[in-house]
Amino acid sequence: MTEHAGPADELPVRGAGAEQPVPSPAGDGTQEPWSKPIGRRTVLSVLGLGALGTLFGSHLQSGISSALNAVHANGIASLLPGGGQFTIYTVTSGYPAAPADYTLRVGGLVQRPLSLPLAELQALPATRLTRNFQCVTGWEVADVHWVGVRLVDLAAHAGVNPAATAFQFRSFDGIYTESLTIQQAHQTGAIVAYSMLGAPVTREHGGPVRLYVPSMFGYKSIKWLSAIDLVARPQPGYWEQNGYPIDAWISGHPPVQAA
Amino acid sequence: MGDPQLSGEQVRQRALLRFDRVERAVHWLNASLFLILVLTGAALYFTPLIALVGRRRLIEQVHLYVGLALPLPLLLGLAGSWGRGLRRDVGRINRWTEADMRWLRGLVDNAAGRRPSAPRPRLGKFNAGQKLNAAFVAGGGLVMLGTGALLRWYVPFPLSWRAGATFVHNWLAFMFVVVILGHIALALSDREALRSMLGGRISSAWAARHAPAWLEEASDQ
Repeated sequence: MTEHAGPADELPVRGAGAEQPVPSPAGDGTQEPWSKPIGRRTVLSVLGLGALGTLFGSHLQSGISSALNAVHANGIASLLPGGGQFTIYTVTSGYPAAPADYTLRVGGLVQRPLSLPLAELQALPATRLTRNFQCVTGWEVADVHWVGVRLVDLAAHAGVNPAATAFQFRSFDGIYTESLTIQQAHQTGAIVAYSMLGAPVTREHGGPVRLYVPSMFGYKSIKWLSAIDLVARPQPGYWEQNGYPIDAWISGHPPVQAA
Repeated sequence: MGDPQLSGEQVRQRALLRFDRVERAVHWLNASLFLILVLTGAALYFTPLIALVGRRRLIEQVHLYVGLALPLPLLLGLAGSWGRGLRRDVGRINRWTEADMRWLRGLVDNAAGRRPSAPRPRLGKFNAGQKLNAAFVAGGGLVMLGTGALLRWYVPFPLSWRAGATFVHNWLAFMFVVVILGHIALALSDREALRSMLGGRISSAWAARHAPAWLEEASDQ
C-alpha cells in the first residue's frame, strides 16, 4: 500500500474539499479544512513495529512465556503464542501409533543386526540429558529432560563395520527419514530416547522411541523411530530433500567441546 | 444539489456506486485467500488440528504460496486503467480529516458513557474505523509477508531473528483473526453495506446517514 502513496497524496484534496465545502481563510481556526496522510503513517508504524518485533521479539517472548506460564492453568494461555511449549509436528495424517510388537531394528553395515523390544533397549546403559529443544522455525522449549541410549553405544553394541560412515534413520510413520554421520553422533552425544519431559515419550512426541540430537535443530531428532541402518553414504532426510541443511547445527558449526 | 439529508423520496431511491467491479473482485479474492491462510495456519499451529490434519509439508506449501499470492489481487487491481475507483478509495482511506478525528472522539465518548462533546461529524466515504482497519490490514499484511518469507528462507538470518519472526507472525495472526471477526460482525450488523460489497450499489439514504460528505461529492458529479 505504501507504494501507492503517490496517487493517495493527489486525490484527497478533493475528498477534503468535500468535507469542508466552504474553505475558510487561513488562520481562521477551527473551520480550517485539513487532511493528513494518517493511513500511510499507520501502515509505516505497523511495519516498524513488525521489524522491531522480529529483531527483538525473542527477548519479549521469554517474558511473555513466563507471564503465560503463570496463568497457564486457565487453558486459554496454552493456545496463545510464546508459551514456551512444543508445537507438535507431523508430516503424515496425524500422529502414528506404534505397533503392539514394537521393536527397534539396528542393521546395515554391522556385525550383529539387532532387533530390540523396548524393554531390551531400556536395559542398556542409560544417558540422561537436560537440554533445550530448538525448532528451526524459531520456537524453543527450555530444559527438556531426556533419557535414552547413546547412539554410538548402540552402534558399538551391534558392532560397526569399518565401511560405515553414517546412520540412516527411518520412522514407522512410513515417510520421515533422517541421517547423522558417525562423527556427528560423537560430537553431539545423540541419544535414542525412550523418556522425555520426565515420562515415557508420548505418541505425539514420537513414542515409544525417538532420536534426540543435542546442538542440532529439532528436525534431526526423528520421531517414531523404527530402524537405524549404518551406511557408507547417507541419504538426505525428509526436510533436507525439501531444502533444509543436512548439517543442522543450531549455531552454524559443531560445538567446540564434544558433548 | 440541496442538502441530501433534506432531499425527498427521489434522492432516497437513487443508488450510488459504492464499490466498483474491480474493488469487489479484489475484496472477495482477498477474503478467500485470507480464509485459506487462517485455516492452513491453524492446521500448522494447534496441536489438536495438527493431529487431525497432519501432512505438514503439504499444508506448509499451500500456506506459503497462498500467502505469497495474497498481495496480488490488490496490486493487479491498482495497476491499470481499471483501478481508478480502487486508487481513489485508497487515497480516501489514507487521508484523515478533522471529521474523522471528531468521529473517533465521539466513539471514545460513547465508550466512556459521556454525551458526545461535538456535533455528529459529516463523514466522507469511509469512517475512521474503516480507515484504521484498512491501514492495519495493509501494514500487518506486509509484516506477515515479511516474517513468513523470513521463516521460509531462513538460512541467511540469525536464529534470534527467526525466533522474533515466529513471535511476530503468531501474535499478529491472532490480532488479524480478532480484527477480521470484528469486520465480519460489523458487516452482518449492516446488511445494506454488506450487500453493496456484493452488488456494488448502495442507497443514498444509507449514504446520507453514514457518509453525507461522500453523498454530496457524488451528487455534484
